[in-house]
Amino acid sequence: MSGRGLRAALLLAGLAWALAPGAARAQALVADLTSHLVAITTGFTGTSVVLFGATDGAGDVIVTVRGPDRDMSVRRKSKVAQIWVNTREVTFAQAPSFYSMASSRPLDQIAPQAMRQLQQIGLDNLRLNTAGAVSPEETAEFREAFLRNQVRAGLYVPAVGQVTFLGSRLFRTTISFPRNVPTGTYRVEVLLVRDKAVATGQTVPLVISEIGLDAEVHDFADRYALLYGLIAVLLAVVAGWLASLPFRHS
Amino acid sequence: MDIYLPIAELSVDVIVLLGLGAVVGVLSGIFGVGGGFLLTPLLIFIGIPPAVAVASSANQLVGASVSGVIAHWRRGNVDFHMGAVLLVGGFLGSGFGVWLFALLRRVGQVELVVTVSYVVLLGILGSIMLVESTRAIIRQRRPGGARRKLHQHMWIHGLPLKMRFRRSKLYISAIVPVGLGFLVGILSAIMGVGGGFVMVPAMIYMLDMPTAVVPGTSLLQIIFVAANVTVLQAVGNGTVDAVLALILLVGGVIGAQLGTRFGARLRGEQLRALLALLVLAVAVKLARDLGVRPIDLYSVVMAGSA
Repeated sequence: MSGRGLRAALLLAGLAWALAPGAARAQALVADLTSHLVAITTGFTGTSVVLFGATDGAGDVIVTVRGPDRDMSVRRKSKVAQIWVNTREVTFAQAPSFYSMASSRPLDQIAPQAMRQLQQIGLDNLRLNTAGAVSPEETAEFREAFLRNQVRAGLYVPAVGQVTFLGSRLFRTTISFPRNVPTGTYRVEVLLVRDKAVATGQTVPLVISEIGLDAEVHDFADRYALLYGLIAVLLAVVAGWLASLPFRHS
Repeated sequence: MDIYLPIAELSVDVIVLLGLGAVVGVLSGIFGVGGGFLLTPLLIFIGIPPAVAVASSANQLVGASVSGVIAHWRRGNVDFHMGAVLLVGGFLGSGFGVWLFALLRRVGQVELVVTVSYVVLLGILGSIMLVESTRAIIRQRRPGGARRKLHQHMWIHGLPLKMRFRRSKLYISAIVPVGLGFLVGILSAIMGVGGGFVMVPAMIYMLDMPTAVVPGTSLLQIIFVAANVTVLQAVGNGTVDAVLALILLVGGVIGAQLGTRFGARLRGEQLRALLALLVLAVAVKLARDLGVRPIDLYSVVMAGSA
C-alpha cells in the first residue's frame, strides 16, 4: 500500500514537472502503470493493468507491450504414410513471448510505415530472425504460421487497443493479459508521436510472475530436479504403502 | 473443481482425474494388471501433454506397485532373487529409454513415437486378449479341450551364465531375465507403463515361472524401474507432475478396492473379452487421430522443449 502511495506521489510530482511550463522540453512524456507486478495464482483467469501518463502538449501516443524474448520453434506436419508427422522445424531466435499494442488514433494517420517498421509497431512489423539459414520463401511461410498460432493462443493481439486522452495532455489505456500469459519481465514502450515522427519515448517495466504453491512446486522442480524426482518417488511409495494398510486383514 | 497442475501447466477437473485413477484402479483390481497402458493414453485424451502424461504415469506406478507388492509379499508370492536380476536389466533399459525420450523430444517426434507405440502395443494386446477370451468362452460351452504341454524346451535354455532361482524353482541363463528387464525398462521410459502386460506373459511362457509368483515379482521390479524412470525424467526432461500422480493414486486406491470386489462376482472370460474390446477401442481412437488432418499443420513450441 505504501509502495503504491509512494508511486502515486512520485507520479503526481512527475505530472506536475511535465506540465510545468518551463520544464516541458526536459520531460515531454511521463507514463506509469497502476501495478508493476502481476501475480499469477491458482485460478488466474487473466488480468489487466492500466497505463496512464501525461504529455507536455498536443501529440499522439502509441503503446507497445512485449513479453520476455524467447527462442520459439515452429513445426510443420505433413502426411507420411497416412500419418501426420512433424517434418520441418524453423526456430525464431528471441521472439517476444507476448505482444499487444494501443494507439490514440488509427496508425495510418499518425505513423508512416518506415516508423512502424523501425519501432516494430504492429504484428506485421515484428522483427523475427530465424536461427540458422532459411530460404526467404520458407521464412515467410513459417513467419505467417507463427503469427497465426500466437494470435490463436491469445499471446499476440492483432487488434490495436485504444489510448484515450483526457483533455489534451493526460492519457490512459488498459493492457489486458490472457490466462496463459508467459511469465517474466515485460517491456511497455510508450511513444509520443508528433508530425509523423517519434518525439520521445519511455519504457516501463512490468513483471509477471507465478505466486503460490504451484509456482513453488514448479520452481523447485526446475531448480532441484534430482531432489524433486526423489521426493515424487518417496511420496508415491508412502501413498502406496498407506493404501495397503486398511486391507491387511482381508 | 479445477486444480492447477504445476508441471503440466494447465487446470484439470479433480473429479475427472480421480475418476480416471479409479477406472484404472478397478481394472487392476479385476485383472491384476497395472493399468498404466490405459492410464497414459487416457491422460493424453484429456489434454495432458504426452511428455508429462508418460512421466507422471511412471510416478503413479511407483505407488500402485508398492501396494501391489505388499499384498503379494504377505502371501509369500515374491521371488526377490529373480526380481533383482530383472532389475539389473530394468535399470539399464530405463536409462536408455529416458535418453531416447530426450532425443525424440529434441527432434520433435516424441508425441508421434508415444502414440504409435501405443497403437501397436494396444492393438496386439487387445487382439490377443480378444482371441484368447473368445476361445475360453467357446471352450466353456464345449468341455474337454487340449491341454498345453507343461514344460517346453526352447533356444533360450541353451544360453550360458546359468543361475538358480529357488523360489521359482528354475535353473536358467541370467541373460534372459536381464534382457527381459531391459526391454520392459525401455517401454516404461517411453510409454510410462510398468510393462506388466509384457512382463507377465513373458515370465510365464518364456521363463516358465510358477504362475503364483509372477504378479508379485513383476510388480517388485516395476517399483524400481518406475522409480528410476521418475527420477530420470525429472532430471532429464522436467516432465514429472507429482500433483497429478498423487491425485491419480488416490483414485486408484478407491478403484482397486471396488475392482477386487466386483472381480470376485463377475465371470472371468466375459470380463477379459470386455477389457480386450476396451483396449482395442483405445488403440483405434489413437490410430484414427494420427491420420486426421490437424486444424493447423503448424505448431509453435518453445525451442528445446516438447
